[in-house]
Amino acid sequence: MPGSDAVMVRTTWREAMRAALREALQADPRVFLMGEDVGHYGGCYAVSRGLLEEFGPERIRDTPLSESAFVGAGIGAALNGMRPIVEVMTVNFSLLALDQIVNNAATLRHMSGGQFAIPLVIRMATGAGRQLAAQHSHSLEGWYAHVPGLKVLCPATLEDARGMLASALADPNPVILFEHVGLYNVEGTLRSDAGAVPIDRAAVRRAGTQLSLIAYGGMIPRTLEAAEKLAAQGIDAEVIDLRVLRPLDTATLVASVRKTRRAVIVDEGWRSGSFAAEISARLAEEAFYELDAPIARVCSAEVPIPYARHMELAALPQVEAIVGAAREVVGTHA
Amino acid sequence: MTAAPSLDDDLGRLRGMLRIRRFEERAAELYGAGKIRGFLHLCVGEEAVAVGVMRALTEDDAVVSTYREHGHALARGVPPDRIMAEMFGRAEGCCRGRGGSMHLFDASHRFFGGNAIVAGGMPLATGLALADKMLGRRAVTACLFGDGAVAEGEFHECMNLAALWRLPVLFLCENNLYAMGTALALTESQVDLCAKARSYDMPADRVDGMDVTAVERAALAAVATVRAGEGPRFLELATYRFRAHSMFDAELYREKREVERWKLRDPIAALSTLMKLGGALDDAGLSALESEVGAELDAAVAFAEAGTLEPVEDLTRDVYATEASDAR
Ligand SMILES: Cc1ncc(C[n+]2csc(CCOP(=O)(O)OP(=O)(O)O)c2C)c(N)n1
Ligand SMILES: [Mg+2]
Repeated sequence: MPGSDAVMVRTTWREAMRAALREALQADPRVFLMGEDVGHYGGCYAVSRGLLEEFGPERIRDTPLSESAFVGAGIGAALNGMRPIVEVMTVNFSLLALDQIVNNAATLRHMSGGQFAIPLVIRMATGAGRQLAAQHSHSLEGWYAHVPGLKVLCPATLEDARGMLASALADPNPVILFEHVGLYNVEGTLRSDAGAVPIDRAAVRRAGTQLSLIAYGGMIPRTLEAAEKLAAQGIDAEVIDLRVLRPLDTATLVASVRKTRRAVIVDEGWRSGSFAAEISARLAEEAFYELDAPIARVCSAEVPIPYARHMELAALPQVEAIVGAAREVVGTHA
Repeated sequence: MTAAPSLDDDLGRLRGMLRIRRFEERAAELYGAGKIRGFLHLCVGEEAVAVGVMRALTEDDAVVSTYREHGHALARGVPPDRIMAEMFGRAEGCCRGRGGSMHLFDASHRFFGGNAIVAGGMPLATGLALADKMLGRRAVTACLFGDGAVAEGEFHECMNLAALWRLPVLFLCENNLYAMGTALALTESQVDLCAKARSYDMPADRVDGMDVTAVERAALAAVATVRAGEGPRFLELATYRFRAHSMFDAELYREKREVERWKLRDPIAALSTLMKLGGALDDAGLSALESEVGAELDAAVAFAEAGTLEPVEDLTRDVYATEASDAR
């Protein structure tokens, strides 16, 4: 419970994540962090900087470049009494550990008839925007959200960066936490007593009446920006932050769309087979007769993310595209 | 399994191997009768490995295995009736029918599965050992895999990680010369498997996997050093499967003569002959053993036959753990 003497402190998204890691390591001796360059280097995105000095090499473990072995070792350690946090540098590299995540972490409980739990957290960076081109920039969280047995979290706000890790560690299931690379440097204020947050619900980030903008992770800041632009043009948009891709909080989405009767989904994944497609389907299944306009999607262009700045920008969902899609959806039946 | 291993318990070894052999034969019959479905991989011919290795472990140790794991599970102490019921897809099976032949698990025996992904269990084993080491337990994780697994990246990643962190894992490679129908020499630039382990600075030995006593002795010695904190070890167990890879295998890749030659080294016949020569077993003793094993298997099959089907309403059960306390 937030105490009354809490104050607001300025921080960054990266620092909020680091504070969450530090708190988790302090709170439970079974918690440890392992991954490539998490220790001596300080984390490829500097999230774990300083933790090696504070907690030592037993609990801040630099691993060899062997995604399958150390992700799988995290699963084994979770099965055997530890609470590992495994960091994979980016979602692209996690494909080398896909076997362990999909064939072991997601299945062992079920295949064993419920004999085992896997209290494992896997953190990984995702997303584009830093001109890292097509092998470091993809948004594949929707793939993981396809798999029963996994939970998939996509923090967007400082509160969620600070609070989702504790909840993920408390969960007896394998949880994947996606950190969008565009968020690490976001600055803002956070309550000094910020802590664990629920990981089963979507959140309304901006209340509105005329359409629902549905997004998650790295797309949230620009979706909020689009909503402000729309407001200036007299269009009142609600912004829903999915927060958790699996299990999906369909009820919050449907409630929003029942109210606004229009929906635009913003997803950094490619449109074909995207998570946005799943959202569209659920809205069509559960709110079809309440819709006043076709559902619209703003997704990445169907291209491996290119290096050149102008091309990368063109490939990704931008504020103007969100505004444009929203205007069209509202205009269809205005 | 709980009793301290004793090197003069030949009868125990023989019984252990005979149980596996007869279990596998029963499984093949039941497959033919349509009672067992899916993929079925039998370990007939390889019983000495299962029995020798499991006798070298204690209750607190962990076992990670492959899809050819009935023998490992039986020798570890997983009850045959629960395994049989599992293969019948019954709720009384060791995994309530959710796993089947290739995915036998038993938490109470620290049997962390069959795994139907070649080398897929190796990272798990590495992690089980990591937890034991971090928690200061003196347990050993026995990680079994085939010769086919050594070509996988996961094998090399785990050998390196376990050696680097000096984890208490015993890597046990059942070299039966073939991965499905492909002979080792057709896939490996280096067919000396111990050399691979040694390249990771891991002590490695090759053992006659048809000799149960040799397996047990080698496993005991290796387990002792691993348990003492000296880091992981690798044992290559030279063995042979007498039957097809699975129930769908025309065995085009090997000569009948080769199979017959290996059958001359049948680990069960070898031990019983030795025991008879030494006066420790006679025909009456052997047939008593056979009927004891037969009765256990009759009961296992009856248990499986009488088993129930889990209600379909429970289909999505156990995809997620619901309570934090589920994670022990
Ligand atoms: C990753 C993966 N690739 C391919 C297969 C198909 N497959 C099943 S068993 C097998 C052969 C494995 O041989 P080995 O490791 O020697 O074990 P054995 O069957 O001889 O006990 C193959 C290729 C698989 N299950 N997993
Ligand atoms: Mg083989």
